Amino acid sequence: MSGIHVTTTINGDEAEFICQPDETLLDVLRDRMGMTGSKEGCGSGDCGACSVMVNDRLVCSCLVLGAEAEGARVDTIEGMADGETLHPLQRKFLEHAALQCGVCTPGFLVAAKALLEKNPDPSEIEVRYWLAGNLCRCTGYDKIIRAVMDAAAEMRGA
Amino acid sequence: MSRLTEKARDGALKQVGTRPLRPDGIDKVTGRARFGADAVAPGMLVGKILRSPHAHARIKAIDTTKAEALSGVKAVITADDFGDVDESLTDTLHNIMAHGKALYEGHAVAAVAAVNMSVARQALKLIEVDYDVLPHVTDVEEAAQPDAPLIREDLLTVGVNPPATKPSNISARHEFGHGDVGKGFAEADIIVERTFRTEATHQGYIEPHSWLGSMGPDGQAELWGCTQGHYMVRDTCAGLLGIDVSKLRVTASEIGGGFGGKTTVFVEPVVLALSRKANRPVKITMSREEVFKATGPTSSSANRVKIGITKDGRITAADAELFYQGGAFPGSPVEFGAMAAFACYALENVRAVGWDVLANRPKQAAYRAPGAPMIVFAVESVIDELARRIDMDPVDFRLKNAPKEGDRSSYGPKFGPIGLIQTLEAAKAHPHYSAPLGPNQGRGIAAGFWFNFGGMTCSNINIGNDGTVTIAVGTPDIGGSRASMCLMAAEEFGIPYDRVKAIVADTSALGFNDVTDGSRVTFSSGYATIQSARAAIGEMCKRAAQIWGIPEEAVDWSDGHARPSGPNAGDFEPLSMAEIAASAARTGGPIAGHHEVNVDGAGVSFGVHIADVEIDPQTGRSTVTRYTVLQDAGKAIHPAYVEGQYQGGAVQGIGWALNEEYIYGEDGRLQNAGFLDYRMPVASDLPMIDTQIIEIPNEGHPYGVRGVGETPIVPPLGAIGNAVSQAIGLRVTETPMSPPRLLAMMSSYREAAE
Amino acid sequence: MVKVVLWGALTHATNGEAELDLDVRTVKELLTRLETDYPALAPQLKKGVSVAIDGQIYRDAWFAPIPEGAEVFVLPRMVGG
Repeated sequence: MSGIHVTTTINGDEAEFICQPDETLLDVLRDRMGMTGSKEGCGSGDCGACSVMVNDRLVCSCLVLGAEAEGARVDTIEGMADGETLHPLQRKFLEHAALQCGVCTPGFLVAAKALLEKNPDPSEIEVRYWLAGNLCRCTGYDKIIRAVMDAAAEMRGA
Repeated sequence: MSRLTEKARDGALKQVGTRPLRPDGIDKVTGRARFGADAVAPGMLVGKILRSPHAHARIKAIDTTKAEALSGVKAVITADDFGDVDESLTDTLHNIMAHGKALYEGHAVAAVAAVNMSVARQALKLIEVDYDVLPHVTDVEEAAQPDAPLIREDLLTVGVNPPATKPSNISARHEFGHGDVGKGFAEADIIVERTFRTEATHQGYIEPHSWLGSMGPDGQAELWGCTQGHYMVRDTCAGLLGIDVSKLRVTASEIGGGFGGKTTVFVEPVVLALSRKANRPVKITMSREEVFKATGPTSSSANRVKIGITKDGRITAADAELFYQGGAFPGSPVEFGAMAAFACYALENVRAVGWDVLANRPKQAAYRAPGAPMIVFAVESVIDELARRIDMDPVDFRLKNAPKEGDRSSYGPKFGPIGLIQTLEAAKAHPHYSAPLGPNQGRGIAAGFWFNFGGMTCSNINIGNDGTVTIAVGTPDIGGSRASMCLMAAEEFGIPYDRVKAIVADTSALGFNDVTDGSRVTFSSGYATIQSARAAIGEMCKRAAQIWGIPEEAVDWSDGHARPSGPNAGDFEPLSMAEIAASAARTGGPIAGHHEVNVDGAGVSFGVHIADVEIDPQTGRSTVTRYTVLQDAGKAIHPAYVEGQYQGGAVQGIGWALNEEYIYGEDGRLQNAGFLDYRMPVASDLPMIDTQIIEIPNEGHPYGVRGVGETPIVPPLGAIGNAVSQAIGLRVTETPMSPPRLLAMMSSYREAAE
Repeated sequence: MVKVVLWGALTHATNGEAELDLDVRTVKELLTRLETDYPALAPQLKKGVSVAIDGQIYRDAWFAPIPEGAEVFVLPRMVGG
């Protein structure tokens, strides 16, 4: 197999890589770009631990090929904080103890951010359904939902 | 033997019980935290394991020559690459690599190390295994039959009289109890006896097992990966590979969940054996399918429970017989099931008999309160039915029969200070308990229990030259325990929480530590951390005494300062930790404290859950509409993470009750080895999980801590089962209570009525 | 003398006896005595057991004292998840 040359933007920075045709975007991020914040929990799009944004669309990066990132804009957990300043969702996850082991946390944060960009004032039900594609085995979701609702309220200035 | 400090008794704890941010938090919300699969090493190879497609097969031959010849393949191993091991490790060895027979679908038969995943996958296809397929059995009741296909031709049941002479799949019989159940049932006015079945479930941690290992020709080795116990990994791997314990250094990465499933080894020794052969670092990361098929789910079970009561609600006798299959090796947690079965009741006449059964399934591993949820589902269901039969409130019924301090437990020893009665009373007083129910809804209540234990534990505290504190513990942090360690040390030193940092040290830095399990970490590592802090404080008081030229006993410690006391009080300005630390070089050297102990005195823990469930009569789908957990924590060090344990355990139990199950086909193969078909609860399945922390101090810990991690998974099966049974008017006796199962129950009931 | 109660799976090695009266003062003395009197218990004792002394459960604590008249239970080695 010969490698495919891909030019893309990751977290606002231009990036280039060569990948095999069968490599997923998740493989590329983790193994070629050293960005291991996105996690592989299932490799089949069922757990959401590898959630990233591609052209402002929430995707499971295990279901996207690396080659598909050509010309695209990819945003990952590594780009969520603004320098030293955490995103309100990141801060609220900490304040609400919305993580235990933390392996699902990057996926939840990316997915929740995508929700709040679409819907700044979601109901609890809307948050629960939006995040139904992200599995957490530790928390029972309670504190995650509270953290997202609280972050949304803060971001609305409520 | 009370170790309760005056501080804890007076309620004078200043930081313990608050909710500061966790020290590993920023790393975990920014993607910086390094989990098992995040490790790399120069020259690293990819390892991949070939697994049996058959549930039971004799391995006649394995030909690896074609795989070895493939370009990019650096090592291929089979059982032949492991030597003889101590008898205590034989089952572990035979589980991580099949020896002679494949005992379940997914059983490892060979492994390769190659330059990349693509080559590794091709290499697996080139390994030729000649199988002689044998009859198999996966169902626990079928496996226990005398004519079942034998998994081991030489297994004789232990614990039976007269001794077994004919091999079977039953490895042991366990019995607990006291009194005379026959006499007790004769005194009963009402007796209910039923059989309950539960399917196997998986711990479902989101992070698959992943290990990076390196072993050189000199026998020096390193491992880096996710585990609940890196000392266990070190000792087990050293034994399996025949190397000195001191030559293997294991570092625990951040761990993405375990719940008992990472308390043993699977790929770790394979990684080392491949690395030894290839003489390069090797990493193996399991796929989710491998996690389901080849790690350790819990037992499936079939349990008969019989309880007799008087008309006024006193239990006169309780009897249970448990059958748990623990996979293809002895060692299901049936004895703990039998011990925990009736622990929520004070009984004069009680018996629980457990049978440990082998089946062609993966060797079970611990899952949160191992063995308890299945039998407690059965017991709490029968208790619920009895309370209804005599028209008694189910909480009052439990209160009437609940054990208190000094009562004999159903498994033998007498209880120390316990909080079941207070927890039941809190449940009764909770607004949830008296809230109205809607149509098609039911409310269930159930109690649950877990033993908890302490175990081998070390802690090391070093005082930096600026007076800040580093705590090293040997217990991987699964749910925020570093925050709890920091809180306890900050409390002892009397300094701000953010001047303390806790890390999980590698195996070369501390003495042996037992695995993070048994709800033991906040209790045991906390205990050792408090003692380490006290040792360091003693040293700092000594230094201050020398500086002041007064006796050591004349120095007190409070709020981060050494202070002259007694006749010298006020003679000298107090010395802060930072000042004492700054002069450490001139006063005798670095300041540290350490503690090594095999802790006992872990207090048992009781919980009570209230569940509201609504059933859709058209589809049989259950929706949990409200859920409340009440549990005795002894003392909550960091209440937010205690609540998190209650909520997470409850939701795992809800999943077990309603949807999760291992589904085997006629061919003995697992049919749902993925998160789409193995249906764990998602956010939209659930309501908020209310919690109430009860605090009845455990005398075995300086602040009164009891372990809290495991008990919360024990009551949900019963609580949900009782709620569903009330909602549909029929007693549910099997998990999962999935829509097809409930629909079938309801329609056959309707047909019978028509 | 102390009363020692064995859990059911051990009684195959003790001719069916589940309760024993033994003159032992520590957990180590107890385990040694059990192994001497009932050699068939050795494999289980090697695997590890827990010992409850007057309600307090110990794992692997050889020198835990057993007071005169104490009630002792030999239980499976505690595990967790």
